[in-house]
Amino acid sequence: MTAALLDVTGLSKRFGGLQAISDLALRVGEGEIVALIGPNGAGKTTAFGLISGFLTPDAGAIHFRGRSITGLPPHRVCALGLARTFQIMRPFPRLSVLRNVMIGALGRHADPRAAAARAGAVLEELGLAAKAAEPAGSLTLSERKRLELAKALATEPVLLLLDEVMSGLTDRETERLVGEVRAINARGVAILLIEHVMRAVMSLAQRVVVLDYGERIAEGRPEEVANDPRVIEAYLGDERL
Amino acid sequence: MRWLGALAVLVLLALPAVLGSYATTILILVFFYGFLGQAWNIVGGYAGQLSVGHAAFVGIGGYTAAMLSLEWGITPWIGMFVGGALAAVLGAVIGYLGFRFGLRGFYFVLLTVAFAEICRIAVSNVDAVGGALGLYITFTGDPRQFQFQDGRVYYYIALALMLAATGVVALLERRRFGIYLAAIREDESAAEALGVDTFKYKMLAMVVSSFLTGLGGTFYAFYLFSLQPNAMFGIPLSVEIILRPIVGGAGTLLGPILGSFMLTPLGELSRLYFGQGGHHGLHLVAYGVLLIAVVLFLPQGAYPYLRRFFVGSRP
Ligand SMILES: Nc1ncnc2c1ncn2[C@@H]1O[C@H](COP(=O)(O)OP(=O)(O)O)[C@@H](O)[C@H]1O
Ligand SMILES: [Mg+2]
Repeated sequence: MTAALLDVTGLSKRFGGLQAISDLALRVGEGEIVALIGPNGAGKTTAFGLISGFLTPDAGAIHFRGRSITGLPPHRVCALGLARTFQIMRPFPRLSVLRNVMIGALGRHADPRAAAARAGAVLEELGLAAKAAEPAGSLTLSERKRLELAKALATEPVLLLLDEVMSGLTDRETERLVGEVRAINARGVAILLIEHVMRAVMSLAQRVVVLDYGERIAEGRPEEVANDPRVIEAYLGDERL
Repeated sequence: MRWLGALAVLVLLALPAVLGSYATTILILVFFYGFLGQAWNIVGGYAGQLSVGHAAFVGIGGYTAAMLSLEWGITPWIGMFVGGALAAVLGAVIGYLGFRFGLRGFYFVLLTVAFAEICRIAVSNVDAVGGALGLYITFTGDPRQFQFQDGRVYYYIALALMLAATGVVALLERRRFGIYLAAIREDESAAEALGVDTFKYKMLAMVVSSFLTGLGGTFYAFYLFSLQPNAMFGIPLSVEIILRPIVGGAGTLLGPILGSFMLTPLGELSRLYFGQGGHHGLHLVAYGVLLIAVVLFLPQGAYPYLRRFFVGSRP
């Protein structure tokens, strides 16, 4: 395995009576693409919340680039090069698409003109340049998914956490986004993605981690995991999916 | 749009030469409330943190300058900035409590109202600062005491305050600071995820806003020659401060000014009109009707529509 960029150990989080994450270990290497899968309610989004600093863990440690980021506020985590998207997309609805992406870029380019140039380049890359002047609230679902990705990408992360950016897209849209994610990764950005769209997981991920009821039940190469009886059971023996 | 602005400023500079004293007085109030609205706009409009306690900053600023002048003979020209600084300290305290503990929406409103009310009650009960009766400033007409024989000087000071605050906001708006404030207003968590230190920027917005508002307190006190706790710290003034930017367009550069040109003359004329007919308070009804109309028909305030009319583009 390559040197760990992200190293999560013993992570636990409880919501009242519900153990959302228990004793989770997770590593992402430099430049790696790892998928985090599991039935609905397994705790995937919660894991993202903990890693990105939006939630405080009850126990466990999170190291990123060799330093502890446990308990850091989200903006500090982002500044260190770890950016996330939200499953429930969070555009700045009344700001233009360009402004939305600029907000991510301003962290590394304090001059708004430089940030606008950077944001413009990201929009170009993700095929949103034509919408730059539109208010973000007016985008279609597929465009909003790509905007969510563009905002995170504009922060110039070394690790991107993508929470179901493919769900709800048509096959063609998914294919396109898979290509874009692969291109981002090719530039050296490591990616941890939560995804239900198995075709995307299979074609992108080098490694898959499976969560069920907050626990890691399997880990391995995509083909291995797909044939793992515990994984099949978690998905099939369960109406939650 | 730029030459329109320059033209408007020129007209406003020339107006006192032709206006009568009543019209001049109304314009002084238009500028003054436009100034307060603009100061509020930074934290309330751009950053979207609904403070309904901004009167506290007017009160702190005004009382500071008045006390410094009455007790130690320090000119209000200096007292004004001391008052602004103390208002900024109070703003930092309120901001810290509100933002550190993540108070949003109604809870932040309540916090700001509560602080202003505490200040009002405290000042009402301290005889050293005039108690409930307040302070009176004797008119000397001495410019060093912020007093002028020629009422038009107040006109130019109020205009300068409004333009200066608008200049500050124009500067902030196009810098990273202003863009971050808009992001915070639109979606705080999303901003935080993109690396925005939301606590820091909300604090900064609150401090700049309360400082400017505090400066206004000196003008208020020395223009009216009197300071009453109820008038300077009370909820009615806080509401007056926020109405104009909301009606004109909160979070827009010209919204507070536009709102003040719409509301202030309406308020004054209807106060006069209904007051003469013995229907005190009816001007508030006129206000209310306009406010409902704005909320129903121009939910983002009047400015975006006016801008589209002139420039044909969205903000
Ligand atoms: N803030 C919260 N408060 C209480 N329960 C929560 C909260 N967030 C998530 N949960 C619960 O934790 C469990 C895991 O949720 P989540 O992490 O969103 O799952 P996934 O993303 O894998 O579908 C679910 O049962 C969910 O209802
Ligand atoms: Mg989820």
